[in-house]
Amino acid sequence: MLQFFFIKMDYFVELFFGGITRGAIYALIALGYTMVYGIIGLINFAHGEIYMIGAFTAFIVATVLSIYGFPLLAIVILAGFAAVIWSSAYGYTVERIAYKPLRHAPRLSPLISAIGMSIFLQNYVLLAQTSDFLPFPELIPEFPFMEPVAHVVGSSDLMILITTAIIMLILTVVIKFTRVGKAMRATAQDRTMAMLVGINVNRIISATFIIGSALAAVGGLLIASHIGQINFYIGFLAGIKAFTAAVLGGIGSIPGAVLGSLILGLTESFATGYVSSDYEDVFAFSLLVLILIFKPSGLLGKAETKKV
Amino acid sequence: MKLMTSKKIFAAAAVMMLALSAPVAGMAADTIKFGVAGAHSGDLASYGLPTVNAAKLVIDQVNAKGGINGKKIELLVEDDVCKPEVATNSATKLVSEGAQVVLGHICSGATVAAMPIYRDAKVLVMSPSATTDALTYSGDYPNFFRTIPPNAAQSPTMADFALNKLGLTKIAVIHDKGDYGKPLAEGAKKAIDESGKGKVVLFEGITPGAVDYSAIVQKIKQSGAEAVIFGGYHPEASKIVGMMKKKRLKAEFISDDGVKDDTFIKVAGKDAEGVYAVGPEDVTSNASSIAAREEHKAVFKTDPGAFFDGAYSAAKAMVNAIEKAGSTDLEALKKVLQTEKVETPVGNISFDQKGDAVGIGYSMYQVQNGKYVVVK
Repeated sequence: MLQFFFIKMDYFVELFFGGITRGAIYALIALGYTMVYGIIGLINFAHGEIYMIGAFTAFIVATVLSIYGFPLLAIVILAGFAAVIWSSAYGYTVERIAYKPLRHAPRLSPLISAIGMSIFLQNYVLLAQTSDFLPFPELIPEFPFMEPVAHVVGSSDLMILITTAIIMLILTVVIKFTRVGKAMRATAQDRTMAMLVGINVNRIISATFIIGSALAAVGGLLIASHIGQINFYIGFLAGIKAFTAAVLGGIGSIPGAVLGSLILGLTESFATGYVSSDYEDVFAFSLLVLILIFKPSGLLGKAETKKV
Repeated sequence: MKLMTSKKIFAAAAVMMLALSAPVAGMAADTIKFGVAGAHSGDLASYGLPTVNAAKLVIDQVNAKGGINGKKIELLVEDDVCKPEVATNSATKLVSEGAQVVLGHICSGATVAAMPIYRDAKVLVMSPSATTDALTYSGDYPNFFRTIPPNAAQSPTMADFALNKLGLTKIAVIHDKGDYGKPLAEGAKKAIDESGKGKVVLFEGITPGAVDYSAIVQKIKQSGAEAVIFGGYHPEASKIVGMMKKKRLKAEFISDDGVKDDTFIKVAGKDAEGVYAVGPEDVTSNASSIAAREEHKAVFKTDPGAFFDGAYSAAKAMVNAIEKAGSTDLEALKKVLQTEKVETPVGNISFDQKGDAVGIGYSMYQVQNGKYVVVK
């Protein structure tokens, strides 16, 4: 009886870590959604594509460097660096071209513009690169010390968990304690008032897009290395789930995005493990509906009070 | 007045058209019209052009011997670009030009779209490449035959291989919930259940495009499965195979024709080693296949392309049926096809009541050193 319990416990732990890893993957993308929403109240549908571009950049750089025989660590750092810069440039440009001119337009206009940008970037990569699936190199090696627990938490799982934790920590510190962070919070609270006290709102919004895109690029590199394949469409599917996670946690809230992602990941993992993977999405979205019924602003979201 | 003029012009045009079509109608009496339809241009042209060559080779042979009962065979070629909306036009054109039998079409979608036109005209159609089950299984197209096994035939092959060849009894059946993968998985499950030799320990659909398949892999491990049968395409297959390696799950991975694709080996890399996948039977060692290929090389100076063997076989089976039946009447042709065996590059075949070839099937391949190799 005791042994039976232990076997089941193992299974639970395996599913738990699978869910946490999946949640951390969502979180890397969800953070960008939630930051942009927090500042300008826009759901940046092109964010998934920025993540995809990050993965492609990392793929190209890593492939070229491995031809020249660079050591793995150098490849990871250089590919990550290139992905971050390239994705940030895209994020910045997308904001300048598609959202800034619409800053004073009705809310629906930038939303449509974002969807357009998403479709544009997908097709741009499809035409400029390829429609095929590409094998992404395994940038995170199998650490020997992870071998005893590899069937539960692999090396790439561990790296994703650690990176997500570090990024969340840094982000919290930046927003709580730095000048930029303070300016971001001010802009989020009241854009007109922030301008009046001398904050360059446009620069702050650009900075938000750059930080969000950089996070997506890091996510792109880690996740693509974890899955082992990329194509132009990966951003759309991952983006939808990450967006769901951000809404679940309360869009606009940074701890909320991480919490929402972890809950979504765990729900999917346990739903697959104990019920059926046929209903994975059914459980995930039922949970979303339930939480939004009882807490419309999400788990950690602040209720927006409208002054009349 | 104006109306009168236009009526006159119309009448004149009608007379001219009749006059132009007269020689064609006259010729119909002493030739047999053999239609070939498929993609001959566009991005799928490489699937359709070998069929045209195959038809040319077979027909030239027959004509060199003086034709069938003194009648020469005339080739009518129509391009459908593998598009259903174009295929209906191609079919209408072939029927109106008097095609008595048609070799084609190439793509399943285009074939399904064109079939009602041929059925209403009572024209025999034989495809070397359309695999959709419905073409033969639905019973809607009594005039349809094919020299390629239908998709559904993959399921028993996968189940049989796991149970009898590998001798495994606990099998997890996974699919991608799609139109292609799910029926295959259901078929495999049915075959395993009916065999009584093994047990399906897990039957589930996964979400294509998900970022991580660790939960389903853990579940497979928990189920104690010795083999995984997967119905779906290669992107998901390579993710699952990779995750199985990561989670230290040692189970055989058996999949379908959607995975027997070189992209799978490219993407999955070393994880692909040892994976089994079903693919159309390798006929390249058949004597008539070798002969047909050499004939192609001699005439066209190139190697034949995709579906050449199937197309050559279909052309041969149809010509043989016309010869034996002594006419191009659909019922007479069907009777010959269903009762008499004919030696072709894909084997010594006849056809069943549904229209599928008897004596051909799928083989099992395994990835060995980065290549798919037939499992003997």
